[in-house]
Amino acid sequence: MLAAFVVGGILVALLGDDPIETYQLLLGSAVSWPDGIGYTLFYATPLIFTGLAVAVALRAGLLNIGAEGQLYAAAFITAWVGITFPQLSPWLLVPLAGLAAVAGGAVWGGIPGLLKARFGAHEVITTIMMNFIAVALAGYFTQYHYKKPGDPILQTVEMGANARIARLGRFVPGLPERIPLNLSFLLALAACLGVYLLLWKTKWGYALRATGANPGAAEYGGISTARQIVIAMALSGGLAGMVAINDVLGYRYRYYDGFSAGYGFTGIAVALLGRNHPAGVLVAALFFGALLRGGLFVDIFTEHVSKDLVQVLQGIIILFVAAEELFRRGVRGPGRLRGKV
Amino acid sequence: MRNLLSLEMVFSSIRLTTPLLLAALGGLYSERSGVINIALEGLMLAGAFTAAVVTHFAGSAWIGLLAAIAAGVVVALLHALACIRYRADQVVSGMAINILLLGVPALLSGAFFDSTGATPQIPRVSLLPNVPIVLAFAMVPITWYVLYRTRFGLRLRAVGENPEAADTAGIGVARLRYLAVALSGALAAIGGAYLSTGQSSLFTRNMSAGRGFIALAALIFGKWRPVQTMLACLLFGCAEALSIQMQGVARVPVQFIQIIPYVLTIVVLAGFIGHSRAPRALGTPYDEKR
Repeated sequence: MLAAFVVGGILVALLGDDPIETYQLLLGSAVSWPDGIGYTLFYATPLIFTGLAVAVALRAGLLNIGAEGQLYAAAFITAWVGITFPQLSPWLLVPLAGLAAVAGGAVWGGIPGLLKARFGAHEVITTIMMNFIAVALAGYFTQYHYKKPGDPILQTVEMGANARIARLGRFVPGLPERIPLNLSFLLALAACLGVYLLLWKTKWGYALRATGANPGAAEYGGISTARQIVIAMALSGGLAGMVAINDVLGYRYRYYDGFSAGYGFTGIAVALLGRNHPAGVLVAALFFGALLRGGLFVDIFTEHVSKDLVQVLQGIIILFVAAEELFRRGVRGPGRLRGKV
Repeated sequence: MRNLLSLEMVFSSIRLTTPLLLAALGGLYSERSGVINIALEGLMLAGAFTAAVVTHFAGSAWIGLLAAIAAGVVVALLHALACIRYRADQVVSGMAINILLLGVPALLSGAFFDSTGATPQIPRVSLLPNVPIVLAFAMVPITWYVLYRTRFGLRLRAVGENPEAADTAGIGVARLRYLAVALSGALAAIGGAYLSTGQSSLFTRNMSAGRGFIALAALIFGKWRPVQTMLACLLFGCAEALSIQMQGVARVPVQFIQIIPYVLTIVVLAGFIGHSRAPRALGTPYDEKR
């Protein structure tokens, strides 16, 4: 983690900017009130959902690289519900659209789960493929059926006022409503708690973790691992789908092609850094949220370094955490480091 | 519809197949040795960016190509180091490389050229000729020969199927895997270089646009065998050419043609069309000292 920042800092220095100053910009701009904190929490919201999604799957021994596709599928279906039933009361329409988000993600995640459980198709490859399919299909429906005629941007028409959830600025004094932080942040916090209770306090969560920890033993103990795989992937997809609640119902009020700034992939970093635990995921998501916010400032105020630094840092962090993760696992065998290179 | 089968369409398909084929053959070496290479996308981006930058400064696409190969090998060795020495999860490491290589070119082009991820236009005269196309298709029989008729190929396959046995027989498992992954970096980077300095004349942000993943799909679709992989790449290349050709016509929405490779891969993986079996030791690190 620290090492990742050192490597990033060297890179910044090589590009001709002061690394300390850059990092001050990167992290310092995230804690000012209200803009810094407001935007950091807003950027953290989708990452909490995708981080939880990846973590739940990893707990079951599955790597869900498809959170990106799951949240795209969810976002389109959510916008579709919002556009198709504009006359419903917000008390009915918002929950309906939210359920559609979860269901859309769950289906898109459940399919690779089913393919794995039934046919042994590797979930990493199938979820990558499902990512492309989701974006293409949502693009097709948007372009041919739900776009405002003549709109050069690939996006659906806007949803009515009944399909929107309130921004937190309405309830929090001092937080202006222009900051898109909305109620779904609270949903994200609830999701952290929910995942924790589900995984560690229920029999069902135990079965899921057992499947990931030792599938052979789980099967021997009477757990249907095939079923757990499908459930875990659907749950993972459903959590990823909640990103749509933040983006479609709380921010853009429409499906917008390419809206996700790689939330699904950053979710992998969030889950790894958070050690696949909801509390860790929350902290890691806030950290990455701050980085995303700070990245904008780095873009503006440094001479050479752009906000892409955040992406680079993210890659380095994943690489280091992944290698370190297996440092620990590898401790079993002596002479691990002496392995011939 | 009549010009769908025209000569132009054939050439277009071959041009679009080339980067896929190079990356897929690269992936073949890596995966046959037992190292999952989901980083093909990042390796292509490394090659494409390096080629464009070096060609811009050196004025020669050949130097750019060499630099791209070097960059591909370096990045691939990073992946290999994480996977082989530090026994990192190969998929996670590959994803990290992909994310890293999405950021690094953007960061560097911002610093070098003050742009948001693109490199300056390269004059037409200093672009790569069609050499990568020839190379890509020539690599198919070469790979076949290397894999099935040479000692190196036999050892490569042995390491990917049963590293314990290979180790017992005195084969350096780690060394061979490093070599295979480096080779995949070189080939994928040539594919990337062809994208930026052959097919177009500059690097743009995320210019590989998922081709690394399609190459991976082709590799699986081709059951990790050179000739079948080439056929899969041709199929996907044709699909891409077709979708470009159809853009104006739009009788069938382009999106439906674009998803063909992805749907096919899922269908194949699920075992609906024949059975695709991965090298047995794919994805498992090997500890020689145990």
